[in-house]
Amino acid sequence: MNKHTDDALPLPPPGSDRRRVDPFLGIALAASAIIMAFVLLPLVEMVVQPSVEDLRETWSDPDVIRAIGMSLYTSGSAALIAFVFGTPFAYLLARKHFPGKRLVESVVDLPIMIPHPVVGIALLSMAGRHHWFGRILDQLNIQIMGTVTGIVCVLTFVGLPFYINAVKTGFEAVPARLETVSRSLGASPWSTFFRITLPLAWRSMLVGLIMCMARAVSEFGAVVIVAYHPMVAPVMIYERFTAYGLKYSQPVAVGLIMVCLVLFLLLRWASPRKDGTA
Amino acid sequence: MIRVEDLAIVLPGFALEDIDLQVNPGEAFALLGPTGAGKTLLLEAIIGVVPVTRGRILIDGRDMTGLPPERRRIGILYQDHALFPHLSVAENIAYGQRYCTSALPNLEPLIERLGLQRLLSRRIHSLSGGEKQRVALARSLAVAPSVLLLDEPLTALDPNFREDIRGLLKTLHQDTGITLLMVTHDFAEAHFMAQRTAVMNRGRIEQVGPVDAIFERPETPFVADFVGMKNFFPAVIAGNDAVIGNIRLRCKARGGDFHAVAVRPENVRIRKDPFDAGTANQLAGKLRRMLNRGFYADVWVDVDGLSFRAIDSRRRLSRSGVAEGETVYLAIAPEDIHLMREGKADAESARTSGKARIRE
Repeated sequence: MNKHTDDALPLPPPGSDRRRVDPFLGIALAASAIIMAFVLLPLVEMVVQPSVEDLRETWSDPDVIRAIGMSLYTSGSAALIAFVFGTPFAYLLARKHFPGKRLVESVVDLPIMIPHPVVGIALLSMAGRHHWFGRILDQLNIQIMGTVTGIVCVLTFVGLPFYINAVKTGFEAVPARLETVSRSLGASPWSTFFRITLPLAWRSMLVGLIMCMARAVSEFGAVVIVAYHPMVAPVMIYERFTAYGLKYSQPVAVGLIMVCLVLFLLLRWASPRKDGTA
Repeated sequence: MIRVEDLAIVLPGFALEDIDLQVNPGEAFALLGPTGAGKTLLLEAIIGVVPVTRGRILIDGRDMTGLPPERRRIGILYQDHALFPHLSVAENIAYGQRYCTSALPNLEPLIERLGLQRLLSRRIHSLSGGEKQRVALARSLAVAPSVLLLDEPLTALDPNFREDIRGLLKTLHQDTGITLLMVTHDFAEAHFMAQRTAVMNRGRIEQVGPVDAIFERPETPFVADFVGMKNFFPAVIAGNDAVIGNIRLRCKARGGDFHAVAVRPENVRIRKDPFDAGTANQLAGKLRRMLNRGFYADVWVDVDGLSFRAIDSRRRLSRSGVAEGETVYLAIAPEDIHLMREGKADAESARTSGKARIRE
């Protein structure tokens, strides 16, 4: 019967101009093209400017390699910390309703809004000897100022919201009823998490890890306050720019762009598919 | 056996109160009520995922109130089947078996019985609605639960699958003798599946009893409306007469103190011309509105300030020539006038409280 009605649909009259672009679509396309150009042009320009010789020289510079390695190491550590502490937190936010939940969610988002140098300053003032927390750290022999620990601390701070929000969304997409059924079949909460929730949400966790790490790799403002040395890539780019100028900072920047590009390709590859399952 | 004693669950904005219920061993019991009555909440409290504020839940005599769901041995079948999408049909069915401490039921006869042999290696998203529901049923039965809860198991199915699953559930219950507690908003479904039923409204149980008894003798205005007695009037009952405003209706006296009457629309006869002189309870009124329902039509007739609702086939109505705005005659047999104790209650709330209605 349906087929019949489909057949009866009126066809456009012959000769009507089908190539005319809808003005709404036209504006949307124009806006998209402007944004693409705005993002891509400066990046492409930067990548193609340095000569091959410059690039080779810079990338064989052990300082540069060390800085990029340090960036990856510290931001990877931050992502790992976000994973360990953020996963149960995200699960709680996705599953439980409690008074003040909106407030807690806003606190999670705070690091996105705070100006980055402020993050570094706040952390330093906590870690100083005049603060009780700083004295505890001191007794535990933990140094923040100018250490890898300090860098990982600020990177975790700025990266956490990205991990928690991505994973929370992933957990929310798993119907609570699946967990109820699993429990009714005899599975404990742990077993249910590892057999049902995790297999259905792991993609979101991966996306969260990459987002968190990508955010951390690109951090400059907070890191430079806490630790100029050991040097991460953004700080090195800044240093070379101020000390030697554009020409010397560009090759390092290209290296960092390549690293970020790989991270984001991973992100795109791992993003949830349409059916929402792994 | 399921026993719920003086149960209360208080949530922000909603509360279940004074829930007392017993489902006997091997019985099929239906929880009936409109959307938002609290049926599913009660079911989830019995499974153990909703904490109770007060009261006890016993399964086969054991107090389960504080136990986690995994230690209650209660099966659940949801209307959206809640199958695990990342597992195959076979993996779904066998999911709970590794946690089973008691003797495992043999899966093969179960799979065969539910017609799932050829689906075992399939992924969940490739199944039809009816197949999904059969897999979900197999999954819950595979761990030999002591009771099975059904949360509107037929609602989400196409009509042809619905017949299929309904018949399957019925024979399964008859053959295995498992205790069933089903939630539904469809009286016809309860009538087909269950021996006894409880009608719920706004977090309370309004009436419990055999399905037929509730259908024929509702005790509250809400239940009367729910089982299709759409004509509800507070009345003064004197002997064999019910006086509603200026109208006097002859009815069949029963022992007891009654303050209201209720009549099914299908028991209100309607004609353009007066009935024979000897016809009991003949009323003349004005046909206010006629609503087309396919084969049937709903008709509202104003009689002396009261609105009566009648149902008849459209063919009969058009043949008798009744039309909106014109005078028509109604007749109600005395035995079709149901006497009720409650006179003042919230008939209005019953009328507006949901989509849940008997299938006419």
